Amino acid sequence: MLKDQDRIFTNIYGFQSWGIDAAMKRGDWDGTKDILAKGQDWIIDQMKESGLRGRGGAGFPTGVKWSFMPKESKDGRPSYLVINADESEPGTCKDREIMRHDPQKLVEGALIAGYAMRAKAAYIYVRGEFYLEAERLNAAVAQAYEKGFLGKNACGSGYDFDVYVHRGAGAYICGEETALIESLEGKKGQPRLKPPFPANVGVFGCPTTVNNVESIAVAPTILRRGASWFAGLGRPNNTGTKIFCISGHVNTPCNVEEEMGIPLRELIEKHAGGVRGGWDNLLAVIPGGSSVPLLPKSICDDVLMDFDSLKEVKSGLGTAAVIVMDKTTDIVKAIARLSYFYKHESCGQCTPCREGTGWMWRVMERLAVGQAEKEEIDMLLDVTKQVEGHTICALGDAAAWPIQGLIRHFRPEIERRIDVYHGRQIEAAE
Amino acid sequence: MCIMVARSRLPSKFDGESPSVGRCNREEPMPKLTIDGKEIEVAPGSTVLQACEEAGAEIPRFCYHERLSIAGNCRMCLVEMERSPKPIASCAMPAGDGMVIHTNTPQVKKAREGVLEFLLINHPLDCPICDQGGECDLQDETMAYGRGKNRFDENKRAVTEKNMGPLVKTIMTRCIHCTRCIRFSEEVAGTTELGAIYRGENMQITTFLEQAMESELQGNVIDLCPVGALTSKPYAFNARPWELAKTESIDVMDAVGSNIRIDTRGRQVMRILPRNHDDVNEEWISDKTRFAYDGLLKSRLDRPYVKKDGTLVEASWVEAFAAINTGLAGLDGTQIAGLVGDLNELEGMYAFRELLKGLGATRIEARQSGAAYDVSNRASYLFNSGIAGIEEADFCLLVGTNPRHEATIVNARILKSTRHRGLKVSNIGPAHDLTYPVEQAGDDAAILADILAGKHSLADRLQAAKRPMIIVGEGALARQDGAHILKAVHDIAETFGLITEDWNGFNVLPTAASRVGALDLGLVAPGGVRGILDDAKAGTVKAAFLLGVDEIDSSALQDCFTVYIGSHGDHGVRHADVVLPAAAYTEKSGLYINMEGRVQMGERANFPPGDAREDWTIFRALSDVLGKTLPFDSFDALRAALYKELPHLMDIDSLPKAAWGDFGEPGDIARGPIALPIHDFYQTNPIARASDTMAECSALKRSKGEATGTHG
Repeated sequence: MLKDQDRIFTNIYGFQSWGIDAAMKRGDWDGTKDILAKGQDWIIDQMKESGLRGRGGAGFPTGVKWSFMPKESKDGRPSYLVINADESEPGTCKDREIMRHDPQKLVEGALIAGYAMRAKAAYIYVRGEFYLEAERLNAAVAQAYEKGFLGKNACGSGYDFDVYVHRGAGAYICGEETALIESLEGKKGQPRLKPPFPANVGVFGCPTTVNNVESIAVAPTILRRGASWFAGLGRPNNTGTKIFCISGHVNTPCNVEEEMGIPLRELIEKHAGGVRGGWDNLLAVIPGGSSVPLLPKSICDDVLMDFDSLKEVKSGLGTAAVIVMDKTTDIVKAIARLSYFYKHESCGQCTPCREGTGWMWRVMERLAVGQAEKEEIDMLLDVTKQVEGHTICALGDAAAWPIQGLIRHFRPEIERRIDVYHGRQIEAAE
Repeated sequence: MCIMVARSRLPSKFDGESPSVGRCNREEPMPKLTIDGKEIEVAPGSTVLQACEEAGAEIPRFCYHERLSIAGNCRMCLVEMERSPKPIASCAMPAGDGMVIHTNTPQVKKAREGVLEFLLINHPLDCPICDQGGECDLQDETMAYGRGKNRFDENKRAVTEKNMGPLVKTIMTRCIHCTRCIRFSEEVAGTTELGAIYRGENMQITTFLEQAMESELQGNVIDLCPVGALTSKPYAFNARPWELAKTESIDVMDAVGSNIRIDTRGRQVMRILPRNHDDVNEEWISDKTRFAYDGLLKSRLDRPYVKKDGTLVEASWVEAFAAINTGLAGLDGTQIAGLVGDLNELEGMYAFRELLKGLGATRIEARQSGAAYDVSNRASYLFNSGIAGIEEADFCLLVGTNPRHEATIVNARILKSTRHRGLKVSNIGPAHDLTYPVEQAGDDAAILADILAGKHSLADRLQAAKRPMIIVGEGALARQDGAHILKAVHDIAETFGLITEDWNGFNVLPTAASRVGALDLGLVAPGGVRGILDDAKAGTVKAAFLLGVDEIDSSALQDCFTVYIGSHGDHGVRHADVVLPAAAYTEKSGLYINMEGRVQMGERANFPPGDAREDWTIFRALSDVLGKTLPFDSFDALRAALYKELPHLMDIDSLPKAAWGDFGEPGDIARGPIALPIHDFYQTNPIARASDTMAECSALKRSKGEATGTHG
């Protein structure tokens, strides 16, 4: 279990003020100037050494991502940092808490990350529904400007840096980095083709790095306490701490910062008061937000919560949003509801996702009541494979995986429903 | 060529924002790829799809179009790339050195089958009643990648039709969301009239607020649409592509000389489509070119007429010729004048000229618009830079022209150049929405004199430009001081470096298809059309022959013996004493010279109605009756005589380089605005005026100009 002194987000529950003075007492903005003075290369090296992997879901090493940015502009284009606060993955609510209660961590991180990648400014793209969080963030940015931490000669470092808060209009797809960039530019939020990657052509046509709120917010603490401290937590290649969002059929749903690689069972029982009705009442867990395949209880018993362990069991850490479902759950209907979500949020740009998400949802709805033939289970699986990997962005994959997980682990349940439904039909006919 | 196309294929969203992206550097090494085991080198900046095509591997596609930006959204062009875990969209992937591509593996086939199945699940199975049937990309690809049976057990999507105006019919349920039409409207037409609303499976293509489209190029979205979602409204349910005879010809609606294909069934023109010509019209045509064909059926002159007791009555050819013989009796050549209209081919004009010359006529005039063309130098009336040359220019000065109406395709080329090559445009003359940013210098012809004197800021702009060009319209040249304007522009061209070894930035924009050809034939008379009409009023011109002349005030010819030869009963027949029915442009073969001086050959697609005849045969027959027999008995003999006089006509489809020289008349330019020649784009010639489709477009345009209840 994570020791209190290793906690990065010390005000995640809002027990103290979110304001800048309280934040500074908690250690934010401490020695930021000295960190900047060590230079861009040092910062990026430290980030690489820390082993921090992106907290937005894909788990790409953050330091490596920063190093893709041009060291100098050959054609006069400035660089930008874009922070993805469009947190819309069902089950996920970690960035929300950071913005509510610990916004200075994010603002300080923006300066350090922006400095490290030689960016001119940072744009924080806040999910449209997060109205109050955006207000809070705006206030926090204003406070940082007041203290001289941002703007001209930020933090006395001699570096000019601005932070802008931009509100989205509430579309899940705008959390995809290139759709976010399009939206930030004022266009319809639809993912761009890659290549060119944002590090080459990003927002306004300039080199851009898009990072998750949590990835940016942990950066100052890592640099203050040293890369080796962060790398010493968790398991190799899955280092550090992570905010887990535990929701669903647990006794005390919560956000909690824990060490990477904590066993799932320990996470739920220590922090969320255990599964409703006891561990044996557990049916399945979606370990990383709605887009990753679910895990049945048998796997949940001893799986570790980190990128590689979950990948081994054909799921993923995603955003570490743990959705717990006990045995009262209509598991097929639950996944059908997720399919509806993806159908509703598909941007409609590319064919497999536009057409496939609607098809998958409709079949799922029928499977939920058993109104189908057993062959259709395999057909559905085939359709998910036709969507997966054939789309411009990862939304197609995200729509396919939950269904694949369901069929992998709960095929007997689906077949049982079909049998029951057909039985009823025969009865009615007689 | 390959390099040029590659550039235009890059995503437009990055254009102008990132100078480094998308610009292929000619010095870059050629990437070498292995495609299906075959090694191939391609031009830098190419995409994997282009490389595959070059290697002979056919890649299916719906959204990709070589003249539009890349959308990469249909996912039909997926190929396998080694070291990539997922199949890649070949249309969007830049070709890189060392890539190993497979286009024919089972995995690729399965991926494409999957995508096609997705496209089909919500596509209606209404091919039997779909106008796209037989020329539908989706049909074709289904033959190759179709599953053969349906696994989709749900209800199909239905989408409401959209109103896009009188030209484009929509059946939006068929739409596969390739967004070609959106990209066309944004990038080529420059009008941004189409867009997609809603998202996911509810996404719909529509015009904003369901307004009719306004672009003069909107018909091209019909060709671009890979399915039957956007089809031609006038052609709806009229024919099937396989029952049409296809004839390659040349358009006469403007001086661009767009390459067209005329589709006929029996005697009737069913539709007109563009042909690709990279240097002229690319693969676009204007709506007038595409949709005016129904005018070929209306108001046609299908038999000769002779005026008796003040009214035209039907007559036979013999009677009509006899009437002409009588009418000309006792007149000498100086009392006879000939006027040539806007839509004529060279052979007809040549025979006309020879006939009138035989009668001793000295005044044969083809400058119907009144523009002060100077035939002493060919460079003085050509679009010397060439239409494709617009893409090489970096500054363009428009003088008294609205290219959007006078030569829509040229306007599209200017737009393309402003988008992709950083061309800047300034305008002297009335301000218009030309679909691209234009710096308005003022509506005053005397600015030209100021530039020449170095007193205007445009002088610096011209001086600073590397490849400046000036486009002078007939609006400027048709002024009283047109010849002075011609001279001023000539001098500006010389002073500001528009004329160099490999660049001629002096351009004239004629409005009529026959203009350059007629000027090559020397059909100008002192005083021009205005002089002839004045003399007719005064009584010194006693007989006039009008060859398709419909854009003049013919009331001046009231007291003059007038013979009208043409295809339509339009303005020209109003005061005619004898009317001879002739063929329209689809009904005769012939040579046309476009604004660039490019000679192009049109082919006959159908036959003229009733007793109407091809122009040259009329003049040959008439010459017999008048006792001045023309020395050719066949079309070939006529062409041979024409080639002998103008050998450059044998050089089909090459861009001429006219020698520079002196032209125009020195003189003062009066201060004051320039009147443009075209007031209604849809009603510029007898065919367009006879067309119901064009009338509808024209009415729509006019109604949009009027204020409605929602205006302020």
